[in-house]
Amino acid sequence: MTVNTGDVSKKTQKMSDLIYKYMRPEHLPHIWCPGCGNGIIMRDVAQAIENLGLSRNQTIIVSGIGCSSRAAGYMDFNTIHTTHGRALAFATGIKLANPELEVIVIAGDGDLAAIGGNHLIHAARRNIGLTVVCMNNNIYGMTGGQYSPTTPTGEFGTTAPYGNLDRSFDIAGLAYGAGASYAARGSAYHVQQTVSLIQEGIRNRGFSIIDVASVCPTYYGRKNKKGSAVDMLKWQRDNAVTPEQAAKMTPEELHGKLVIGLLHHTQYPEFTYQYNELIERLAKEREDHE
Amino acid sequence: MSSSKELIMNRDWCKGCGICAAFCPKHALEIVNGKVQRSEGSTCVLCGQCELRCPDYAIYIAETEGEKEQWVKSY
Repeated sequence: MTVNTGDVSKKTQKMSDLIYKYMRPEHLPHIWCPGCGNGIIMRDVAQAIENLGLSRNQTIIVSGIGCSSRAAGYMDFNTIHTTHGRALAFATGIKLANPELEVIVIAGDGDLAAIGGNHLIHAARRNIGLTVVCMNNNIYGMTGGQYSPTTPTGEFGTTAPYGNLDRSFDIAGLAYGAGASYAARGSAYHVQQTVSLIQEGIRNRGFSIIDVASVCPTYYGRKNKKGSAVDMLKWQRDNAVTPEQAAKMTPEELHGKLVIGLLHHTQYPEFTYQYNELIERLAKEREDHE
Repeated sequence: MSSSKELIMNRDWCKGCGICAAFCPKHALEIVNGKVQRSEGSTCVLCGQCELRCPDYAIYIAETEGEKEQWVKSY
């Protein structure tokens, strides 16, 4: 097998330059269902990396387990496919070992907010320089449609045949509340906006979370009679509101809407920067002592 | 119309979800037998909306110079 160097002049298959440059063509087409939003979001991540001109060797893609986490297998960077929910724990280790690296975590809603929920809040609290792209499809797709922490109240899953009783997590709000310095929400439909939100998230020095609303026509869509992937994308198009509009709306008006855009951005000291400063300070103190 | 760009479809990768056809502003695409194809008599304005939303990377806009020409001609 030849090594893909990202040189588009060597392209031998029908695919766009972007896909050839940042994906592993031998693993394509991917195994996601027809109309799955994850493919759109994976392209958004590649486009954001292309726009920023990041080096493929300096960028790490980390993922956990789930439909979304297959992205680490398809993207041609230094990638690591880790255990369920622990993508952030592995990513924290990578970032601490080499803070120069650009570490991007791709996770699903179940992986990030349920099994890895504790890692999410503590990585956010540390404000470590990771970028998390959450492919949020509101359900556990890979295991057969069980309800996830982001399934809205009253909606159905294979484990919620009479409707989900729990309230759903706002992943971007949760991470921000825990201390993340950048929180945004995009959608599979709003491609250009999501690309620029991911770009800003990568440029932010602290912990960035971009919660991207995906579409799962196979499980979430079918269980809740949302129609085809096209209908679900049209729903995103017709029900998206900006944070500015949302601020003027009552909770009743906001019900069933999708707030997309930059939600919060503040500057806090980044963890690896502070950690290295501490090491330097202690080394200097020891030197002075000797 | 002369243009150095062309719409290219990779029907081996197409899963027929219909997203490209639904969001094409010129209605220039349709799904026939589970695969994408150009609608009869339609005009593609090369806006690239289909490329942005294709979950399977099966449709895109490319420069037609050089080796890529063969793929354009094949459909």
